Amino acid sequence: MYPQNFFYTKDHEWVQVKGDQALVGITEFAQKQLGDVVYVELPAVGTQLDMHQTIGSIESVKAVSEVFSPISGEVADVNSELNNSPELVNQDPHGKGWILRLKVKNKADVNSLMKATEYEKFLEGLEH
Amino acid sequence: MKTTRLNANHKKLGAKMIEFFGWDMPVEYKGIIDEHLAVRTAAGLFDVSHMGEILITGKEALPFVQHLTPNDASRLALNHAQYTALTTPQGTFVDDMLVYCLDLGKYLLVVNAANTDKDYQWVISHLAGFNVKAENLSDSYSQLALQGPKAAEILRPLTDVRLDEMKSFWAAWGKVAGIDTLVSRTGYTGEDGFEIYTTASNPGVIWDAILESGRSLGIQPIGLGARDTLRLEAKLMLYGNDIDDKTTILEADLKWIVKFKKGAFLGSDVLLKQSEGGIRRKIVGFELLDRGIARPHYPVFVGGEKVAEVRSGTFAPYLKKSIGLVYLPIEKTEIGTEFEIGIRDKKVRARVIPTPFYKRKY
Repeated sequence: MYPQNFFYTKDHEWVQVKGDQALVGITEFAQKQLGDVVYVELPAVGTQLDMHQTIGSIESVKAVSEVFSPISGEVADVNSELNNSPELVNQDPHGKGWILRLKVKNKADVNSLMKATEYEKFLEGLEH
Repeated sequence: MKTTRLNANHKKLGAKMIEFFGWDMPVEYKGIIDEHLAVRTAAGLFDVSHMGEILITGKEALPFVQHLTPNDASRLALNHAQYTALTTPQGTFVDDMLVYCLDLGKYLLVVNAANTDKDYQWVISHLAGFNVKAENLSDSYSQLALQGPKAAEILRPLTDVRLDEMKSFWAAWGKVAGIDTLVSRTGYTGEDGFEIYTTASNPGVIWDAILESGRSLGIQPIGLGARDTLRLEAKLMLYGNDIDDKTTILEADLKWIVKFKKGAFLGSDVLLKQSEGGIRRKIVGFELLDRGIARPHYPVFVGGEKVAEVRSGTFAPYLKKSIGLVYLPIEKTEIGTEFEIGIRDKKVRARVIPTPFYKRKY
């Protein structure tokens, strides 16, 4: 369920590092909690983000949720598909529903994040 | 938490459950947008058993109901219902509700789940001097709502009630799926539909039968999430959001349920003064002009000054735009008036538009 090569945060974001770039999105658990996504607020390309800094927000019919950057970096690209098809976040949160691509500032940032098995255990803990 | 008699049915369908004023209720099954569109294009089935039922019986049932409500209950024939309210002496809301005339000297009040206990206490605190009895029958009633353009088609084969002869706001006793019920042509979605009341212990039989009958027509079970988006598109009030004990019936743009000619009722003197002197604020519908969703309590600005907070707001799944309700100063309530809503750190433009936002075309 949760890709083994992603890292995860307690706020249910994922990050996939590819060289000096990284893709960021929200997890399957998060999209289920949110319900039908209607708007995704994306930051501007070039924005400098610290770890845990607010990237933007995701609006679903019944709630709004802030998205935090899992690692520090500079916004290289945003998924503009989400402007017309915000439901991609619900349909494919780990793939086509990616939110932004960062130029990684500090590769060591991922060391404080959870790996897939840890995240799955973390989710089990939440259900109690 | 309290459960309705359909709790197992929701869980079997994989509903996402939430706590709603002490009740374990389904908030969504397939998803709010899917469910909302199903009701607008085919049909949806809701468990609304959490709502309250208060029965007023006695020789003076009618004068009692007339005293507590603004609408004219004397116009109700047998098996006829009307939308009305329990009013405070200030002409504001204790609750909004439906009143059914079930017999001479017998009226059924159907009230919001969140207010059932409060409403019952309110009713019994006003019994003095009236030859009536008030009973809180909420625990014995289950209630289902079947709403949508295909509702009649789906219900017809399951009931001996003559649906084709049933006009809006009328009711009839009969069987649905073999179970004794009261069926009324009422609802909270803006579509045609029926509300089905029963005191039988197995309403699940009705639930399953309706879903089966409607399967090929596209019926879906509907949760509280879509219930809210549907009623808001139809500009139906939600107590706690749009109306409460600080909003008068006239400010809530519900002048049509106030019938001064029937005689005095709780709050009628205040409302009469307000109707003559003019109201200072009124609830209006708005749409957002920029991207975003306006939600309850977001600040509303006119000319840069905060004048109110959003009462209800959402992204309307059928209309595909953000809408909401707010009380604006009366001079700002004209259609087309633009104002701003604070959404997190931004000010988003909004405009007063006519309501209901959605009106069915059949």
